[in-house]
Amino acid sequence: MNAWLEIVSPGLGVSVQDAGRSGHRAIGVPLSGALDPTGLAAANLLAGNEAGAAGLEVLLAGPVLRAVDAPLRIALGGSLAGRLIPRDGPPRPVAAWSALTLQAGDTLHLVNAPGAGYLAVSGGLQVMPALGSRASYPRAGLGPPPLQAGQRLPCRQATDRAQPDLQADSLLHPDGPIRVIPGPQAGHFTPSALATFLSEPYRIGQQRDRMGIRLDGPPLAHSELGADIVSDGVAPGAIQVPADGRPILLLADCQTVGGYPKIATVIRADLPRIAHLQAGDSLRFAAVDARQAAAARADLASRLQAWQASIRPRGGLTDSAALLAANLAGAAVRGDEDPLQTQP
Amino acid sequence: MTGHPRLLPLGDCAFTVEFGRLIEPATQARVFGLAAALEAARAAGNLPGVIEWVPTFCGVTVHFDPDLADTGALASSLLSLAGEARGHHGTGRLWTVPVCFDPDCGPDLDTVATTRGLDPQEVIERFVASEFTVCMLGFLPGFPYLSGLPAELEMPRLATPRSRVPAGSVAIAGRMAAIYPWDSPGGWRLLGRTPLRLFDASRAERPALFAPGDRIRWQVVGPEALAAEGVR
Repeated sequence: MNAWLEIVSPGLGVSVQDAGRSGHRAIGVPLSGALDPTGLAAANLLAGNEAGAAGLEVLLAGPVLRAVDAPLRIALGGSLAGRLIPRDGPPRPVAAWSALTLQAGDTLHLVNAPGAGYLAVSGGLQVMPALGSRASYPRAGLGPPPLQAGQRLPCRQATDRAQPDLQADSLLHPDGPIRVIPGPQAGHFTPSALATFLSEPYRIGQQRDRMGIRLDGPPLAHSELGADIVSDGVAPGAIQVPADGRPILLLADCQTVGGYPKIATVIRADLPRIAHLQAGDSLRFAAVDARQAAAARADLASRLQAWQASIRPRGGLTDSAALLAANLAGAAVRGDEDPLQTQP
Repeated sequence: MTGHPRLLPLGDCAFTVEFGRLIEPATQARVFGLAAALEAARAAGNLPGVIEWVPTFCGVTVHFDPDLADTGALASSLLSLAGEARGHHGTGRLWTVPVCFDPDCGPDLDTVATTRGLDPQEVIERFVASEFTVCMLGFLPGFPYLSGLPAELEMPRLATPRSRVPAGSVAIAGRMAAIYPWDSPGGWRLLGRTPLRLFDASRAERPALFAPGDRIRWQVVGPEALAAEGVR
C-alpha cells in the first residue's frame, strides 16, 4: 500500500532535497541538493536510509505534515523539532534528532529553530527524479515544484509498526573560522584586499537564497586585472566579488559558470556550516591548503560516525531485540538521557 | 603572466584548467581538445574520483570527489592532458535553428539597428549569414553561449536587465549570441525567438539540445512557426 506525506501547510523555505544532481553541469544544470548534507545524512541515518536519500529541507518556517493512508517512519535532523498531533490521543512534543512512526491520520507540526533542518522518511521521498536526482530546482522545472498545501508526496509505508522511537545526540557543527582555499582568481585582488578578507569579520547579508548569500563587510579591491573575467566554472562555496567589492558566497543552486573573479572557495567540510548562519551573523575566513581540507573532511566524517553511535531507543528502552529490529545492531544502548532536553 | 595551460584550485573539489584569458578560436579549440582527452581518459578508467567537467571559453573546470581521487595525482594528470591537448574544432552537430524576427519576438532589433547604423533587415541578414559555435552552456540549464557574432553587431548588455525574457528568445551581448531556454530575467538584447525546446529533462540522452562544439545556422521563419510548435 502506498503511503503519502501530505503538506497541510508548506512552511517557508521548504523544499525536497537530496545529495544533488551531479553529472549535468556541462549542460548548465546546477548541482542543487541539501545546503547541509551532514544534517540530511543524519536524518536519513535515523530513518534507516542511505545518507543522500531525498527528504525535506527547512530553511525558515517549518511545515505542517500529515501521514495519509498508511503509517510513515520519519526522522528529524538539524534545527527541526515539532509537535505530534495523533489522530486519536493527546499531542506530544517531538524532539530534534529523533525518529518516530506516524500513524495514518497523525499530524506533525514542525518548528525550525534558526538554521537548516531536515526531515527524512524511511525509504526516502519517492517523488519523480529528474536527471538522476529528486532535488527541487524550480527555475528549470527539475524535481518537485514548490510545495503547496494539499500536495501529497509519495513515500514507502513503515514496515514495522512496533519500531521504537529513536533519539540521538545533537550533531552540532564546530565554531571557528570558515576555511577556504584561495583562488581560483586570488590574483584579481590587491594584496591588502586578500589580507582584509582573511582577517576582518564579514556578516551574512539580507539577500540570500539557495543560490548564494551576499556578505557585508569591508569591500575588496580588485587588482589591475579587474573585476571581470571571461566566465569560467564555479562551484558551491566559491566566493565571487563583483565590481562593487562586496563578496557573494555561492551555494548549492548556484549557476555552473560565472564571470566574476573568485577570491577563494569554502572547503567542502565547512560549507554545511553556512546553512545555519542567519542574516547579521558574523563569520571569518581562514586560508588552508588541500591537505588541511582533507583533514577537515576526515574530521567531519568521524564526527558523523560518532554521532551515529549515539542513536538509541527513546525513553530508556534497552531491549536489544528492539534495537535489532530498528536495524541498529552495534549501536550503543543508552537509556539515561532525557529525550526532551533538546526541545526548543 | 603565468604560462598556460595552468591549474587553478576551485576549493577542494574542483580544478579549473585554464588555456588563456581571452575568447579566441585557438583557446576554444584547446578547450574542446582537453574535453575530448578527458572523455578518452575516463573511458580508459584513468580518472578515478572525477565526477564531471565543464568546458568554458578559456578552460575546463573538473569537479571531483576528493575522498575518491588522489588530488595531487589528479592535478598532474590534468596538466599533462592539457599540455598534450591538440586543437579540436569539435565534431559537433550542425543545427538549423528557426528564428522569427518579428518585432514582438525581437524588441531590441530596432535599437541594435539604429546604434549600428543599419536597417533592421540588414541586422537580420548579417546575423543569419554567420555560422555560430556553441562555446559552452551555463547561466541556466541548456543556455548556449554562441560565438560567431559579426563584429558590426556587437552591443553592450542592457543597462537595466529585463525582469522577464521569454523562453526561446535569441539574444546578443558583447561578442556573443545566446538563446534563452527558460523564461528568466536577462540583460541581453533580444533579436528574435525560436520555437525550439532547448532543454527537456525527459530527453534522457540529450536533455540540452546543444552541446559544446555544436554549430548553429539560422533559418528565418514567420510567427506562424512559433504558434505551430507552441512557444512555452
